[in-house]
Amino acid sequence: MSTTAIERPGQRAHKRKETLAGYGFLLPWMLGFFGLTLLPMIYSLYLSFTRYNIFQPPAWIGFDNYVRLFTNDPQFIQSAQITLIYVLVGTPITLVAALLVALLLNYRDKGAGFFRSAFYAPSLIGGSVSVAIVWRAMFNSSGPVDGFLSSIGINLGGWVGNPSLVLPALIILAVWQFGATMVIFLAGLKQIPRELYEAAEMDGASAWARFRAVTVPMLSPVIFFNLLLGLIGAFQVFASAYIISRGSGGPAGMTNFITVYLYKRGFADGQMGYAAAMAWTLLVVVAIIAFILFRTQRSWVHYSGDTR
Amino acid sequence: MTSSTDSQVLDTAITPGISAPPKRRVKRKTWQTALWLLVLLVLTAVVLYPLVWLFVSTFKPNSEFGSNPGLLPESPTIANYLKVAEGIGGVPMWRFFLNSFILASLAVVGTLFSASLAAYAFARIQFRGVAIFFTAMIGTLLLPFHVVIIPQYILFNNLGMVDTFWPLVLPKFLATEAFFVFLLVQFVRQMPRELDEAARIDGAGHARIFWSVILPLIKPALITCAIFAFIWSWNDFLGPLLYLTSPENYPLPIALRLYNDQTSTSDYGATVTASFVALVPVLIFFIVFQRFLVDGVATQGLKG
Repeated sequence: MSTTAIERPGQRAHKRKETLAGYGFLLPWMLGFFGLTLLPMIYSLYLSFTRYNIFQPPAWIGFDNYVRLFTNDPQFIQSAQITLIYVLVGTPITLVAALLVALLLNYRDKGAGFFRSAFYAPSLIGGSVSVAIVWRAMFNSSGPVDGFLSSIGINLGGWVGNPSLVLPALIILAVWQFGATMVIFLAGLKQIPRELYEAAEMDGASAWARFRAVTVPMLSPVIFFNLLLGLIGAFQVFASAYIISRGSGGPAGMTNFITVYLYKRGFADGQMGYAAAMAWTLLVVVAIIAFILFRTQRSWVHYSGDTR
Repeated sequence: MTSSTDSQVLDTAITPGISAPPKRRVKRKTWQTALWLLVLLVLTAVVLYPLVWLFVSTFKPNSEFGSNPGLLPESPTIANYLKVAEGIGGVPMWRFFLNSFILASLAVVGTLFSASLAAYAFARIQFRGVAIFFTAMIGTLLLPFHVVIIPQYILFNNLGMVDTFWPLVLPKFLATEAFFVFLLVQFVRQMPRELDEAARIDGAGHARIFWSVILPLIKPALITCAIFAFIWSWNDFLGPLLYLTSPENYPLPIALRLYNDQTSTSDYGATVTASFVALVPVLIFFIVFQRFLVDGVATQGLKG
């Protein structure tokens, strides 16, 4: 920030030294950023306009991959649909559950630490293959979930093999991992000055009114943060869908998330150009969602100027 | 680091002037607290049930997996553990553990090395381009991995690195996990600059300041990063699925996939037990370091 009018030679030397040091420290990150992120992104954009199977050089085919995606591939359309359902249903439910539990934990400090940790545990392991296997076993026919539901008179059979129930089983797995989001909400709740609640209470505001008028606006930056990262994270779920369907994306394609389908097309079928087109379509969708969120931010996210 | 102290500071900063009823603790009725506790206990039971079920099921003989929907095994056995110890696909279980452990340890070393260097540059050195790079780094936080896996695969394939640990380890040494860089930047920025200045007056350059002033100060954040780097690597499925092809190179998640994909559905016991065994190190980490983990999430917004 030292943009003084006249630069003495010593200062220029100092500046050069700083620049050298800066790039030196940043070298590993820059190699990763350019070599493993930026250039690969550009290359995959190029590949999305080609036919490429890794053994022969890419062949330019223009927009054919994209045309095929949207007009001639029912599997992709279904994959996009179930991914969107999973993301747009699972993420809000997770957020609401996380907020409710955070409010519950915020009610009292004593003893809350234990529950905070206990509820957080699933977030740490929820994306693992182990948990996906557990889910598969628990939601299978003759698994404990089916056993419990039958005992109260609801006979659904196994969820894992049922096309209309396997997606709910995956959404329940996502909601089960509400803990990390809850911990962030709880930290946000603790930052809200108690005076605001006291003032609202003196004005005779009901609990619901206090929630609407104090909690939600004060928490809105945290809600925004959780919503954005939750949506983006949900698009990238892979292991649970893959394991629950044993890599098939079934039953009836109902676990064929975009990640799973991309993996199958790109790496099992060797259609890397086509898979790259899928990846870029997804990137555009994610970018649009992020853009909408950032645009609507002004109308509902309340930044209290000096929080950090 | 802990947000609770932050809020206390904030509270005491605001309250003292006002008539300050010092202990305006709301007197809660006992039954309210009891209800609160009850609701949370029930919720805990529901949330932790899958883990309890997993643990108990490892003692169920295979035959009970279709026939006994109850929690407890009718005739408990450790046969599943003996079976799992033998491994799968001709590779013993310890080998998968070792591979997972090597990968996770290298992930920790690589992440700490590259993320701390980058964080120091972003937080403490003013040079041309730093703002653009910082924005780019934040951008990669939001980038879905899909757009890079195919070119990365082609790259590592051309380098002859498929079926080695390189494609899984090298990115960690190049700080591709932006979350860690971001977390450390936030942390370094909180450190008082006076310490840097004092060291600089004593003639220390950036290397010295980084090594003997900043690194010791940010130790708690480094520990948080290390734990998360370890667990994320331990749980990673897609990376090893893409790059590792010979069973003796498999880490645990890919070995679990072998159990899961067995066409003979008879071996439920071994599958479930292997899943549990693979989770044990993470659960131990969680129990030992839960404060670091939960506070890391609370203050930095790191997800699990």
